[in-house]
Amino acid sequence: MSWEVVIGLEIHAQLKTQSKIFSGSSTAYGAEPNTQVSIVDAAMPGALPVLNHGVVDMAIRFGLAIGAEIGQASVFARKNYFYPDLPKGYQISQFDLPIVDKGGKVEIEVDGETKIIRVTRAHLEEDAGKSMHDIVPGMTGIDLNRAGTPLLEIVSEPDMRSAQEAVAYAKKIHELVQYLDICDGNMQEGSFRVDSNVSIRRPGDPLGTRAELKNINSFRFIEQAIEYEIERQIEVLESGGQVVQETRLFNADEGVTRSMRAKEEANDYRYFPDPDLLPVKITDEQIERVRAEMPELADQKRGRFETEYGLSTYDAEFLAASRPMGDYFEAVVSCVGKEHAKLCANWVMGELSKALNQAELEVAQSPVSPQQLGELLQRLVDNTLSGKLAKQVFEAIWQGEGSADEIIEAKGLKQITDSGAIEAMVDEVLANNAQQVEAYRNGQEKLFGYFVGQVMKASKGQANPAQVNELLKAKLKG
Amino acid sequence: MSLGRDDVEKVANLVALQVDAAQADQMTQQLNNILDLFAQMQAVETDEIAPLAHPLEQVQRLRKDAVTEQNIREKLAAVAPAFDREKGVYLVPQVIE
Repeated sequence: MSWEVVIGLEIHAQLKTQSKIFSGSSTAYGAEPNTQVSIVDAAMPGALPVLNHGVVDMAIRFGLAIGAEIGQASVFARKNYFYPDLPKGYQISQFDLPIVDKGGKVEIEVDGETKIIRVTRAHLEEDAGKSMHDIVPGMTGIDLNRAGTPLLEIVSEPDMRSAQEAVAYAKKIHELVQYLDICDGNMQEGSFRVDSNVSIRRPGDPLGTRAELKNINSFRFIEQAIEYEIERQIEVLESGGQVVQETRLFNADEGVTRSMRAKEEANDYRYFPDPDLLPVKITDEQIERVRAEMPELADQKRGRFETEYGLSTYDAEFLAASRPMGDYFEAVVSCVGKEHAKLCANWVMGELSKALNQAELEVAQSPVSPQQLGELLQRLVDNTLSGKLAKQVFEAIWQGEGSADEIIEAKGLKQITDSGAIEAMVDEVLANNAQQVEAYRNGQEKLFGYFVGQVMKASKGQANPAQVNELLKAKLKG
Repeated sequence: MSLGRDDVEKVANLVALQVDAAQADQMTQQLNNILDLFAQMQAVETDEIAPLAHPLEQVQRLRKDAVTEQNIREKLAAVAPAFDREKGVYLVPQVIE
């Protein structure tokens, strides 16, 4: 008899605000330890939290994007636990009245099949500080810069049935929060954290006991960790054992999950409404204002790329997959012109993506700006450059050697389109290769490529290839 | 509902309080007195009344999303039991996960 896998995800998306959720401290990443900590973040007695308007708008934006009910009277609660990076002894979170309530859904696609994953809720909470166990011997160092950073915790229903579905859902949420411009999605820096609840059961049985997989910072590892965990649970159950409810950590080097030392007490957070914060009332006007400011989402962008630029579905999907990629493409098109959108798409998806992949960079970090690529493509469009020369120039722009025009000038890479000049080169090549010309005319047509190569060589690669072909054909006909 | 010694010890543990046997007995008694008061309140008919999230019938005021705080690390460090100036971190006894 087979096992059914049941997975639900809890995703923490760090909201892209300037300041913290309950104080005016900066949320910028990477600052010197404890330099972005106010009396509220440090839990000085008497310091009171004041809610950031920005986080409320961002949560509403997310709720609207997934079609969920917005909790118009939403309440903050204290989640009580002791840990040194949580100075108050409780985390301000939301419990029974979250800001994004039920009804949310996202659609995922796995192996060509679409499936709806329900989002149970999403609530606002503050992040804790950071504990560093390795910087002072025998002690734990605490950096509170992150304490109070706003998080949106997005909780799914246990609707996923495989590691692939879980990853597809996580990627979809990742794409969505970036499109909505509410989270930078940086998994390395912990701005987007995925916890997976994994259990197995016999089909039709009630839910099995779940294990929670935490602190996994890439989609590939999430998939591996879930795969491993499924196998582990099957083995435990089939050998007559029982799955224990616990938190497990994934070791990427060994590809296994391991039990985190069980907490001394089972989770007993004793939630209660935080008396320091009043209920948040969200008006219809506020919801409508956020709705009016909603950015274009990925699916809409795909459709628009197809109709507005005449791109294929494949191209549109590639370019709309992330907002920075879509923005980059459109910035190139605005330089070169809509009628050349296909050319722009080819270059963004081809040379640029190839170079980015090799350098392991995101499009937003590209050393070639969309304007620089646009200028280069203009030189391709106006025939200054051949495709091959354009690639050389691209390479040089990537290396920081200047703009397309500067490089063309400095390296003398202008394409030769003067037909008189090309004809002279063709004549010379044919005269110097009388034997091959003879052979060609006797039926060895493969030699055509050889002549093209010789002419291109004579022109140092700068002759317009179309003109070379045309002239050669005419001349060889004799 | 009434609490036993076990419940009190569990709660004391959760809130990280050290409670000796005599105190635990006393607290059990006191907490049970409080619970008796709740029991009295439970008897009141409340079906028609919406739950109260906060005794002030006001709505949360929000702040603009802007950085308004300065770096006050030195001031906060001055009142901390242990602070490593070189690393810029508060020090606590080793926490092992």
